[in-house]
Amino acid sequence: MQALTNKAQQVDRRPMNLLERMYLPAIVKGMAITFSHIFKKKPTINYPEKTRPFSPVFRGLHILNRDEEGRENCTACGLCAVACPAEAITMEAAERKDGEENLYKEEKYAAKYEINMLRCIFCGLCEEACPKDAIYLSETFAPADYQRKQFIYKKEEMLIPHPINEPEAYAKARGNKVVSGQ
Amino acid sequence: MLLALDFALIIEKLVLILIVVMSSLGIAMYTTFAERKVAAILQDRRGPNRAGPFGLFQPLADGLKLFFKEEIIPNLSNKFLFILGPSLAMMTAMMTSAVIPWGDKVHLFGRDIALQIANIDVGILFVFGVVSMGVYGIMIGSWASNNKYSLMGGLRAASQIISYELAMGISLIALIMVTGNLGLKEMVVQQQNGWWNIAKQPLGFLIFLVCSFAECNRTPFDLPEAENELIGGYHTEYSSMKLGFYLFAEYINMFVSSVIMATLFFGGYDCPFVDESTISQGWAAILGVSVLMAKVVAFLFFFMWVRWTIPRFRYDQLMRLGWKILIPLALFNMLVTGAVILYFNK
Repeated sequence: MQALTNKAQQVDRRPMNLLERMYLPAIVKGMAITFSHIFKKKPTINYPEKTRPFSPVFRGLHILNRDEEGRENCTACGLCAVACPAEAITMEAAERKDGEENLYKEEKYAAKYEINMLRCIFCGLCEEACPKDAIYLSETFAPADYQRKQFIYKKEEMLIPHPINEPEAYAKARGNKVVSGQ
Repeated sequence: MLLALDFALIIEKLVLILIVVMSSLGIAMYTTFAERKVAAILQDRRGPNRAGPFGLFQPLADGLKLFFKEEIIPNLSNKFLFILGPSLAMMTAMMTSAVIPWGDKVHLFGRDIALQIANIDVGILFVFGVVSMGVYGIMIGSWASNNKYSLMGGLRAASQIISYELAMGISLIALIMVTGNLGLKEMVVQQQNGWWNIAKQPLGFLIFLVCSFAECNRTPFDLPEAENELIGGYHTEYSSMKLGFYLFAEYINMFVSSVIMATLFFGGYDCPFVDESTISQGWAAILGVSVLMAKVVAFLFFFMWVRWTIPRFRYDQLMRLGWKILIPLALFNMLVTGAVILYFNK
């Protein structure tokens, strides 16, 4: 019979000779193979202590950005929600009052900003759509949880730490992320 | 008559029993840990490393888990036998260690204390008797569960142990013909002064090794509990610490059969290339115990190494190996040994 591919191998069906019927040489060979695995490098990473390095373009959890003075960039224009193919983003806009200039960069801001991380597909289109550099995707991913409602992230959970009051946390949240357009 | 007993001797033996039982429990505990670690290392994994440094408290966590699990006794089981099964398995596993010489004498509190609980003349026969009792625990437990899988496991265990005990016994007869006595202590002394028995009985050792794998229900002969065809076999219906006893008994059996193989064939507590009579008694005892333990650890590693290399035998293959290969081979070995002894001792 003609073989369909050149990968086919003819099975050797000859009766076993004495040495093969004794099993022992084959067992010794097998045990040598398992023994050699003692010295092999283990592919497992001790996860919580060590993590795999992410590429700089990794798209993880969202972060709402602040400017250098610690004011929120977001103006609640809604372009990210429009761009979102999974319809994971909802927001409510509010007007900045007098005396809040140190909190919000422009006259309009997001009073409520929610992303449903179970709907989100982490495509990064919100990041591309944003004209104010207010949202970007960080290098962390969503942790496990017991309840669905915990996966609807509020503004407080996504807002980056204040760059002046908490510079270390800010730098950590910022990470090595290459933010485009800045 | 009773008052004439040497009370110091009783106390000495009790302390010795306590030490031996406790240490074999402890060793069995850490053998379960070692098994998981060895399995992991042979499979390029890391193994348990979360509980304590290097995962060293893992056996404690496992034991606690078993203790706190819900105790389930099936309604239709025979309750007395159901509880008797694992207790018997554990008891017989512990009893074997009574005749093993752990080392030479030590001189403590003005007494010469032999590091052996009972130096009886029929040492090896005692071991055999107790080891074959071990299958009762499995059989009783499996029958009392009133579960067909359990019963299948129990049947397999019984027929497997009967088949392999024969070959094991015959291979031992050849060894006894060489050594000329049955006491384990005398055998060790003999090996200290001459060659180790492995040099005189290599084929006998091989048969003994294969049979002891079968007697301990270890892979490749773990058919009684074959988890993927019998759902755990004889311990299908067991939970909590009764299951723990069964699993634990397996590791104690492994430990004891390692000790026996080391004693019978590898010189027991004899350290090679060292003359024990030239060093002080205390140091000789310490050396002896540690050398024996090193041999035991090597055997335990071997047990695990084999487990993670060789897949399980099919049932007919198991029977064929036992009856058609090992028994004739053991008989052949016995006859050749007898002929050689007869020829040289004429």
